[in-house]
Amino acid sequence: MTTMKAKPISRRRWLQWTLVLGAAAALPGRVWATLVRPDAAFGATALDQALAALGDAPSAHEGIEFVTPDIAENGAVVPIRVAVDSAALPNVTKVSILVEMNPNPLAASFNIPLGTEVYIETRVKVAQTCTLYAVVEADGQLFMQSRETKVTLGGCGG
Amino acid sequence: MAGRIKIRAQKKGDITEVKALMRHPMETGMRKDEAGEAIPAHFITEVVVFHGDQTVMQGHWGAAVSANPFLGVRFEGGEPGDTVRVTWEDNQGGTGEGQTTIR
Repeated sequence: MTTMKAKPISRRRWLQWTLVLGAAAALPGRVWATLVRPDAAFGATALDQALAALGDAPSAHEGIEFVTPDIAENGAVVPIRVAVDSAALPNVTKVSILVEMNPNPLAASFNIPLGTEVYIETRVKVAQTCTLYAVVEADGQLFMQSRETKVTLGGCGG
Repeated sequence: MAGRIKIRAQKKGDITEVKALMRHPMETGMRKDEAGEAIPAHFITEVVVFHGDQTVMQGHWGAAVSANPFLGVRFEGGEPGDTVRVTWEDNQGGTGEGQTTIR
């Protein structure tokens, strides 16, 4: 049997570790939130599941401008735009895009640092005619705006 | 294989407008090829936009972002000549990067 004596931890070591762990714990939640991918929300297969993984139920807010086409000829490329009027809804830190009928409703989630406009343009796949949601987090609360997009050719084609 | 990104950054008033076009299949993992074999998922999971060394936007993406993704963002405080850089990582360990100067 090998003898492995546990070395008593020195006072100096102990202090060092306490400092390191303390500093890590003191990092604001926002910093952690931006680094960690919201896996549960991305893995969700139903809209309410995905919304629940993002946080509390969002309430509709007029300050969110959400632009999607009324009719998308090609569901594989649906241009969308989210812009938030900072006077109407300040302190937005996160914008998520959800597509109700997609296999995984959460399409993308953006973290918005201070000094960046709450403005995002991108293109998403929409499997079939359904409602698209822009969910915005401000001061820890969720707000949303929704739009229906009709799809004449599904996003999963191939 | 590192993908290249086409970027344009333009100052308009106080705002710098960034438009980036990435080259990526954004495969969902739910499609099958002609032989009926499932095509493995291959999509960008993380995108970051930098102004100099400052992060102006960070996004987590799922497979529902369209192939050859487009991203448009706007931020304050850019000056003509400043560097804007966009990077991505995908679920298979691939990365892509591109940069431009604000005009």
